[in-house]
Parts: sequence; structure tokens; C-alpha cells
Amino acid sequence: MKAAEFDYAKPRTVDEALAILASHEGEVRPIAGGQSLMPMMNFRLAQPDMLMDLNALEELQGIRDEGGFIIIGAMTRYRELECSELIAAHIPLICAALPHIAHAAIRNRGTIGGSIALADPAAEMPALMLALEATITVVSSRGVRRILADEFFLGLYETALADDEIITEIHVPRSKAPAHFAFCELARRHGDYAIVGIAITAQEIMPMRGLRVALFSVSDRPVRAVAIEQALENTSVGDAGAMKLAVQAIGSMAFQDDLNATDKTKLHLVGVLLKRALTELCT
Amino acid sequence: MTGPLSIFDRPNAYIGKSVPRPDAARLLVGRGQFVDDQQLPRMVHAAFVRSPHAHARIVSIDGAQAATMQGVVAVYDGSDMADHCEPWVGTLTHMQGLRSPPQYPLALDVVRWQGEPVAMVVATSRALAEDACGLIDVDYELLPEACNVEAALDRDAAVIHPEFGNNLAWERIVDSGDVDAAFARNDVTIVERTFRFNRHTGVTLEPRSSVVDFNPADETMTYWYAGQAPHMMQAILSKHLGLAEENIRLIANDVGGSFGIKIHTYGDDIATAVAARILARPVKFIADRNESFLTDIHARDHRIHGRMAVARDGEIAALEIDDLTGIGPYSMYPRTSAIECNQVLNLTGAPYAIQNYRARGQVVFQNKNLMSQYRAVGHPVAMAVAEGLLEDAALAIGLGSVDIRKRNLIRDDAYPVTSAAGMKFDDLSHCRTLDKLLDIMGHDVLREEHAKLRSSGIHRGIGIASIVEVTNPSPLFYGVGGASIAAQDGATVRLDAAGAIHVSASITEQGQGTNTIIAQIAADMFGVEIDRVKVTTGDTAHVPYGGGTWASRGAGIGGEAVLQAATALRGQVLEVAGTILQCAPDRLDILSGSIVDVKTAAQRMTLRELGRIVYFRGNELPPDVKPELIATRHYRVTDFPFVFTNGAMAAEVELDPETGFVKLLGFWVVEDCGRVINPQLVDEQIRGGVVQGIGGAFYEECIYSSNGQLLNASMADYLVPMAAEMPDIVVAHVETPTKTSVLGAKGAGEAGTGGAPAALLNAVNDALRAFDTSISEMPMTPERLLKALGVV
Repeated sequence: MKAAEFDYAKPRTVDEALAILASHEGEVRPIAGGQSLMPMMNFRLAQPDMLMDLNALEELQGIRDEGGFIIIGAMTRYRELECSELIAAHIPLICAALPHIAHAAIRNRGTIGGSIALADPAAEMPALMLALEATITVVSSRGVRRILADEFFLGLYETALADDEIITEIHVPRSKAPAHFAFCELARRHGDYAIVGIAITAQEIMPMRGLRVALFSVSDRPVRAVAIEQALENTSVGDAGAMKLAVQAIGSMAFQDDLNATDKTKLHLVGVLLKRALTELCT
Repeated sequence: MTGPLSIFDRPNAYIGKSVPRPDAARLLVGRGQFVDDQQLPRMVHAAFVRSPHAHARIVSIDGAQAATMQGVVAVYDGSDMADHCEPWVGTLTHMQGLRSPPQYPLALDVVRWQGEPVAMVVATSRALAEDACGLIDVDYELLPEACNVEAALDRDAAVIHPEFGNNLAWERIVDSGDVDAAFARNDVTIVERTFRFNRHTGVTLEPRSSVVDFNPADETMTYWYAGQAPHMMQAILSKHLGLAEENIRLIANDVGGSFGIKIHTYGDDIATAVAARILARPVKFIADRNESFLTDIHARDHRIHGRMAVARDGEIAALEIDDLTGIGPYSMYPRTSAIECNQVLNLTGAPYAIQNYRARGQVVFQNKNLMSQYRAVGHPVAMAVAEGLLEDAALAIGLGSVDIRKRNLIRDDAYPVTSAAGMKFDDLSHCRTLDKLLDIMGHDVLREEHAKLRSSGIHRGIGIASIVEVTNPSPLFYGVGGASIAAQDGATVRLDAAGAIHVSASITEQGQGTNTIIAQIAADMFGVEIDRVKVTTGDTAHVPYGGGTWASRGAGIGGEAVLQAATALRGQVLEVAGTILQCAPDRLDILSGSIVDVKTAAQRMTLRELGRIVYFRGNELPPDVKPELIATRHYRVTDFPFVFTNGAMAAEVELDPETGFVKLLGFWVVEDCGRVINPQLVDEQIRGGVVQGIGGAFYEECIYSSNGQLLNASMADYLVPMAAEMPDIVVAHVETPTKTSVLGAKGAGEAGTGGAPAALLNAVNDALRAFDTSISEMPMTPERLLKALGVV
């Protein structure tokens, strides 16, 4: 279980990185925290020609409050998110999810940009981006693009990111009601990828308005459950009729099996989690 | 304490105390010497091409491109290996009827499980060897697979070894008493259930590892080994590589866990030795985690149908089981893959007085990785089946869980007892351990609490299990069947010139603290401080001949050898001291490194002085005094095939009926392993064992696709139990020393793994009772529980 041979580059600036991406022949894989890519390389599931290390790019660091957004540099580590006062004050949903993301040693290395770029369908961070209505900024030598999270995750490990692009930062709109959120996941062991998980934000809760419901570990990508949002919009928690419609909406979604559960089990568990998450949202 | 003082009550005793491990600091600071730490001049590295298919014919192997790659030293296929290595056959003569075909280091012609080694590359680095493996082109012709154990004997099943006609490897029937008459009694209630125990494996921190060197000048082979039985491996290498046994040296320095996994013969390890011999240079092979999951032996894989008849008063009138177990395409060498099933037949219901018992075991071949002995061989299956049925029976006749056990447990004053399956028991304490268990867990209070919580929608459960454990096996376990596996162990103790003692023992250390208890016993019995004891294990060039550490035999057998050797040396030293001090040896004793007056404890001379006289100034001794400051003793169990231990365990769980998630709230163990040499080490063994039992009950499973692909061969997907989910595990002891030895120690290594699944199964089913359902398949995953609940 040793990685195949690869070239290695460690650019000092984003421009330098983009030049490498634009000019290098063969597959260049940017590496951030390496918590997923390194095992994939050691298993030889990934065999890039070149590994481009993003760890020296200071432009991708830091969290700031600017223009109605909390802006998070792509190389921000989970541990930095955990310690950030800005995140705690304005995006407490992230704080609620972080303890479920693997273990401390992994959170010390893993980055928000790395997780979003990888787009593991069972990972928490991509689903949070959907619930938070985040925008992902990507750059290449061709220019800058800002992509809504809703349009970013396209399939299994597949995103809107082009081969010559890297993620630079994530914009999360500052909510008037950052405390209206819920996060629940079911993992067999603490820190594992979840069997199913759910993240919810709302603008108002009595009744519920502006709901965004994101599911993970149910399909080939994180899923925004628009049908659930619509079923619950303008209703109150405990409204049995609305809940019934929401559960029906879940039933119409296409879930995928994995080693832990069949699609049928996942459908059932999402229903359970939705109920629990709504209770959490409104208490 | 009443009664006369024994040798275990001497001042400064170490036996019975939680002495810290003398080697802990060395390991903690990273100065361990594991196989992978071996860096030898001219050493090269092995990697293997493995079959991606469960069953296929090898049409061709093209290694030409790999062989010319820079850094590649050699490429071998199955026939290259067969030229240098006799195949092995995993049968034993006392397992009558067991059959298994010859097995080679690398597959010849046909591959029979995904992961079977097909070709080997030796290169100057492991990474280069893996690169070269990627260049080897193997052309396969797919053959139909027989993977499902329950279909392996079907008439239309693919036959894995055509020469055998079908996939049956072994069958055994036990029939004791009159089972049919007992089931036909009109005063009995009959319960029955089909249990499934899926595959899991022992995940060792240190993977299987081999560094092998061969010196053609004197035909000697040195094998740095990460296993449990160096002398067994020496005999195997000798037999199959055609080298003189005395020319092969096995060295097991630090070993990072084994749990039975590393005690077997693996093709890639043997191929490493063959390559070293051909190349006359050191070859290293360290299994990576993927290889470990694909090729380290798996465990369990049973489907058992059980029936139990109970009378109105709770008496077990009869027990019948039918066990079908899948072992992969070969019986593992040299211990076979039939022992697990054999143990299930021997041990199901063993804690209870059962007269009428019938059991059938069928061991079948299948196209999955080999199954063989892993910690608590057969025990978790046997215990869970009997305890599960007993709980069903209690419910059916309206008796409590505790009452039905008390009605049937073999009484503490009944020994010796021979069970219906023919097992000889002595010095057990089922009733006392159960009573103590109920006491430490606060059983009645917990039950009341659960009843109250249930009415408020909280579903908790309690499960109880009484268990036996096979420990300290005699030659009747393996040796009688023709295997070169020693059932006796030896220890040599010598006094050096500085007054320290050196112990070399044939039992081995895999992390459980063997070396610590050796030092304790030697220090205690001889009479020095423990820091004056130096222990050597694992090196066949330096230790007496013996079996090693497995089957919970290290302390009981090897410990007794150390006790006998240290006691003998003490006698020899006192003989010399008597001559020097001109007094009768029986007026002297050795305490804390000095010769003392036996009555007053007044110091007469230090051991250093004695050593100085004997070693440097022998002229001061009379000419007819020829001191031997070294003693060797060997020990084997003679009176019984095994020395059984017993215990009682309880689990408390909380079930979330909406999600199928189970939270472990508490676990209690009362264990009787005879004399406890080091309470902390024994408790660690019990707790570690319970955690592995929890793994098998809730988390660990080798998940195969229907065509024999292992789907979760990584630490991300194969769930080992982790600290965050583990409950507090309370351990208490009843000590009934075995009469078979002076030390009185029985084994303690496997009880937790053997008993925990039974207690956990009963606890979950107790919680499920409110829903009028139950589960009988392990691991008890959320999805299986939701299915049992009828939710999905």
C-alpha cells in the first residue's frame, strides 16, 4: 500500500498554482489536508502525475466577516473552524457538525476546501454548504467563478470544479437568524461517515419559513431536499399533516444503498432524523 | 487469612500484585523492536499480485515486463515456488475425516478466493515491488463460485475441489443420552431458533510481518517473526523448505497483537522465506491493511439451528444443535479450520448439567478467505447459542433469567464432572461467579429501573451469560493429531555474577504482558527484586523448546515452568550458600537478593557475593562442590485434556427502536481464572476480550458480495470497536486455583471474547421484548435490528 510515483510541487502563490495547473501535462491533483487523497493514493485508487501542495498558499487562509458574508479561506482547517469566534457567532451550524467529522487528529489536518472539492456524498461539509446557501469561489488562469453550492455538487466525487481550477474561498451569507439550525446524523461509531445525516437552516421557526434542508449519505452527492422544504414551509413543528407531506416527499426521493444500509432503511432513517431535527430546530 | 502460609505468602511477594510492565517505557518511547524495525544490509522487499476473483483458472501469467523493471530483483509465480517448497495440508489425524487439498505458497492453476497470492515481486523497495506487480499480466478464466455457506452443500453448488466430489470438509456428530426421548416428554416445552454468526477478523495493530534471511555458507535461515509459536514455525519451515530444523532460527521480538491471527501458515510468509533462500539475501514482507483483510484468517461464519427442551421447573431436558460453518477453500495449516466447529460442539451448554445432548457440525469449503482460530475459538458461538436458547426457554415457561440458570448450572461442589459432550471439568465455580455478578451489577435494582423506564418509552435490556473457557491445553489438542505443536513449555533461570537472574522461556509476548508475569513469578519464587530479573522470550536460539502463547496457555503452562525452574534454582543456590556459610541449606532463604537466615531473616550474604565466589573465586569452594547456578524445567498438563475456567457476564444496553441503534450502558464480568498473577494484566485481558466480543456482536463483519468480493477491506469500512462506544467494564474475580499445577493459574486470555456476545445478544433481546420480537444474527447492526422490529 504505497503510492505510485508522482511529481510534487509546492507553489507559494495562487498565481503560481494556477500556472502549474494550466501548463502541466498529465493529471495534477491539488492536495490540501490530504486526509482523503493520501489513503486513495496509497490504495492506488488515485495515481496523479503530480501532487500540487496547497499548504503554502497564504491567500487561502483565514476567516473574515465582509459585506454580509462570512468568508472562509479554502485551506481553513476544521480545527480552525472549531476555534473561530466568527463561526461560533454567525454559523453555529458548522460548530454543531464539526464534532461529528472524524477525530481530532484528522480535524487538525483536514480543510473545508478539501472536503468540498472531494465531494464525498457521505461528508458533512458539502451538505452544510447546501443548507447554508454558500457560494464557492474558484479560480483558474482563465478567471474567477462564483458557484452556488446548489450547482456545485454534480455526482459521485464530481463537482463543477474544472481541472485547471482550485477553490479559493467560501462565502456564507450572514443570516439574521443564525441560531435557527439543526444538525443530526446517525453514525455507527463516533466520527464515522454517517449512515444518513441532515442539516437544516431556517429564517423563522414559528411558523417555519425560509427552510433549507440538506441530506448527506443518501445518494451519490449531498442532496438539497426542496420537496421537504416546500412541504414544511409556513407550517409549525408538530403539524401532523405537513409532516406527512414531508415524509411523502422523502419517499419520492431516490436513495442509494451502501454497506451500512439499503435505500429503504435510509428512507426510514431520514424520516426519523427529519422529525428529530425539526424538534431541535424549534427548541 | 486462615490456615498455614503457602509459598505465595512470602514477604515481598510479586504474585498477586499489579506490578507495572517492565517493558512499557521502552515501547512508549518508541524503542520497540517489531519486525518492520529490522533493517538489514542488502535487504529487499516483497509485494504480491493477488487474485481479484473468488474462483478462476489461471490461463497465463506474464511477468516479463515486471522482471525487467529497474529495481526488481525477482518475479515468481506458483510453479516457481512449488519447485522450492513442499505443499502443506491442513488436516490432523484426530479430526477424523477432515480433508483439505495440498496448498502452495502461491496459487497453482486455480485461484479459490479473492486475495489469494498469485505472483510475487521482490524489489529494492516495497513501492517499486508494488509498481512491478501492476505490470504483471494475469489472464483468468472465471469459474462458478460457491460462496454462501448455506448453499455450499447444495447439489448444484460449484465444487471447489473436484477430487472431493462435494464441498464438505468435515462432519462430526455428538449424541449423548436419549435426546429424542427427552424432546418427546410430555412435560417439556421446546424452543428453537436459527442463529447466524457472520464473519469477522482479528485486527492486529501490527500486521503480519516477516523478515527472512538465508546464509548459504552454512545453510542457516533467520526469520524475524510477528507470531505466537516460534518453534511451530521452525518445524513448518524445516518440513516444507527442506532445511534442517536446527538451522532455522525464529526471532519474535516485540509483537503488536496476534489474537490467533498470526499463528497460522500463510502463503505470502512462506514465499518470503523461499525467496530469501533462493536469493540468499534478506527479504521483508509486511502485509498492508488491505492484504490483512483479504488474507488474515477470518473467524466464525456459522449458521446454527438450536433446539432446547425444558421441563416446567426449568430443568434443561435436552439440547440439540446443528452447526454449518464455512472455512474458505482450504483448511488452515497446521491447526486446521475444523477446531472452531469442534469447539462449538464441545462447548454449547457446557456450564449446565445437561444429560441429553446432540450436535451435528458440518464444515464446508467456500470461495472466501480462509476461516480459522481467532481469539476464543468457537466460544462466542457456543455460548450465544446456549444462552440465547436458555433465555427463550425461560420466557416460554415463565421463569426468570437468573432462576433458570441457577436451576441448571453445574453446582460448585459437584466436581469433577464430565459433560454430555465429554468435556472433563474440575475446580469451576459457576454458582459463586453468578452470585457475585448479580451482586456487583445490582441486578434486581437495574431490572426494576428498566421496568419503570420502559413505561416512559426508554427501552433498556439486561443480558446474562455463564461461560466456560478452554485454557491450558494438553497434548490432546494438537500434538496427538500429528502436528509439530508443543503442548509443554520450558523455562531456564540462571544467576549471574552480579546477583541478577535471567529467565528464558518458550512462551511468547504479543502485548498481553507475558514477560511481566514471567518476571513476577521468577522474582517471587527465587527471591530477588523484580528489576533484577531479565526475561528473554521468542528466540528459538535462546529459549527452551515449547509451544508459545495461544489458547490461553501462557500463564498456566509457561508460568508453571518458570515457577518450577526458579524454585529449582533457589534450591541449588541455597545448596552452595550452605557450603559457603557452613550451615544446612534448609536454615537459609533468599529474600530481596540476599541469602538470609530462614527464621530471623537476618542477612548472611548477598547474591552478588555468592556469584563472585562461584564464578571468580571457585578456589574458595571445596573441590567436590560443583555449583550449577542455572536450572531448567518443563511443564505440561497431564490430568486433563484442557483446564477449563468459568465466568459470568452481564450487559446492559439501551435500544433506540426508531433507528436500531444500541447504546452500551454497562458490562460486568466475574471471572475465575484460578490464581491471579497480576490483577491489572488479567483485568486488561478481560476488558480487551470483552471489547473484541462487543466488536463481533455489534460492529465487525467481513461483508462479501454474492460472488465473493470482500466489500469492506479497509479500516474506514470495517468497523472495529472504538473507545467512544465502549461501556465501563467492571471486572471481579473468584479464585479457584487449578489442582493441576503449583501455581494454580488457569488462562484468562479469551473469556471476554467468548462470553460477551452471549450477554449482549440476551441484553438486546431483553430490550426487544416489549416489541415482541428478537434478533439472532451477529453483528447486530442497526439495519438488522430495524428488520427485526419490522420497521424496514
